[in-house]
Amino acid sequence: MTKSTRNPSELHERREQRLMLLLLAPALLVIIILLVLPLLWLAWQSIWQDGRFTLAHYERFLTDSVYWATFLQTFRIAAIVTLLTVVLGYPVAYVAAGAPQRWSILILTMVLLPFWTSVLVRAYAWLILLQRNGIINSALTGSGLIDTPLRLVNNEFGTVMATIHILLPFMVLPLYATMKKIPGELTMAGASLGGSPMHVFLRVFLPLSLPGLIAGMVLVFVLTLGFYITPELLGGGRTYMVSMLVSRNIEVYNEWGAASSISVVLMICVFLVFRLASLLIPFERIMGTR
Amino acid sequence: MSLSKVLLYGFVVLILAWLIIPVLIILPMSFSGARFLAFPPPSWSLRWYESYLGGAAWMQATRVSLIVGVCSAVIATIFGTAAAYALNLTQSRLVRSLQALLLLPLIVPIVITAVGVFLVYAQVGLLASMTGLILANVMLGLPYVVTSVLVGLRKFDPTQEMVSRSLGMNRWRTFFAVTLPQIRPSVISGLLFAFISAIDETVVSLFISGGEYQTLTKRMFTALRDEIDPTIASISSLLTTISFILLMLAALNARNADRSQGRAT
Repeated sequence: MTKSTRNPSELHERREQRLMLLLLAPALLVIIILLVLPLLWLAWQSIWQDGRFTLAHYERFLTDSVYWATFLQTFRIAAIVTLLTVVLGYPVAYVAAGAPQRWSILILTMVLLPFWTSVLVRAYAWLILLQRNGIINSALTGSGLIDTPLRLVNNEFGTVMATIHILLPFMVLPLYATMKKIPGELTMAGASLGGSPMHVFLRVFLPLSLPGLIAGMVLVFVLTLGFYITPELLGGGRTYMVSMLVSRNIEVYNEWGAASSISVVLMICVFLVFRLASLLIPFERIMGTR
Repeated sequence: MSLSKVLLYGFVVLILAWLIIPVLIILPMSFSGARFLAFPPPSWSLRWYESYLGGAAWMQATRVSLIVGVCSAVIATIFGTAAAYALNLTQSRLVRSLQALLLLPLIVPIVITAVGVFLVYAQVGLLASMTGLILANVMLGLPYVVTSVLVGLRKFDPTQEMVSRSLGMNRWRTFFAVTLPQIRPSVISGLLFAFISAIDETVVSLFISGGEYQTLTKRMFTALRDEIDPTIASISSLLTTISFILLMLAALNARNADRSQGRAT
């Protein structure tokens, strides 16, 4: 191809592009037909009813307190879950990244095992553990620490606990990948220059691990915003998240317009979080494709 | 070892225990002889396994889930590998910008996806059908395959393909003879992830599956919401054992990948 004239090479390039698009076509078609078009359809449905334009479904966000309360509770839970996964996930990733390979494999396997276990299975496990007459309450009352069983599940506490349990790997894995790339020489250099371990950690290690931390936080936050099964099974009707509002509007009230407008607003929230995060680190980095 | 290190390790051990115990606690519960949840179980029996393996509805749901899992994982792997291959080779910015679209199923909250798929299926009559379930899970599994294969392809040197083609093999044969053997571990891990994601998928099947074609997860969800049936414990134990075996396979697969990489470089 060294001596080819301009025309054949252009032709070749066009043929290349056509081939690549052809290879992409099946995957793209599935996603466009089953996801992109329905999203547009939902957006359309939220503003068009009975043959005319309406903003009634969005007005409810201003007037109906259930909407407000649900979105607020969802964001509060997402913030709590994100914060706690940082507190729990950072030390785990730190120890795994610094340990000899055999240990780091063991730690990562332990992090991944629940990751590979059905969300339903884990909801069931938490029910067994946290119920009124569950294992934790029997242990506590049996040992005389408390008289009446604590209310651990069918509320926000149980939901948050199970959500963190499900999402912790999404924090640990990007953190671990980032920390693994931090050269040990850097922290050693910091220490040899007289920095205390804490000082070296705060000034050298922590800033270098920030991309992983941000990626983990974005993933956990966004995934919590869309949680459905866990609050439904462990929330006991007291924990009402946006996803449940969508499904109730369809299953119970058959209100497609309302469900559509809530979906659109939730989607916008999710995109905004990604947009904000992409100001700090590239999107591919968050999704782990780079 | 300094005190702060001891505290750090202690904290991490506690967290790992907290991660593992809920998964392991199900195992003894599944052999309980009692109807109510008590730990440790007052007596032991296999009645919940019998209730699962002998229940026609449970067995039918398991069959549906397995068929959906295998079919959708295989299709998602073929589509996803082709897409990742194109994304990796292309020079065109238009094509590259499509990558974000392929990851969309991971980003959209699952309830919204479920509602959307329901809307489409209601129009074309795919509700409560096997085809519908498989297609929906292909869509949900694609991001895992694309991500995994892309990572594998980044480590692969594309000039090898050029060499093979300059020696007279066509593109198709080159891919199967030269490229695929070298990215096989990442294709397999994509396949495993897509399979697990399909077996575990609950929300979309709550909306679109029904009648004869209900998935295992849909039945489990309903059983958990209405009353806590200990049969769930036996199903859960079996599912956990299967995912543990798959995790081990994936780990072995990753180790082989490291080895073959080591040989290549």
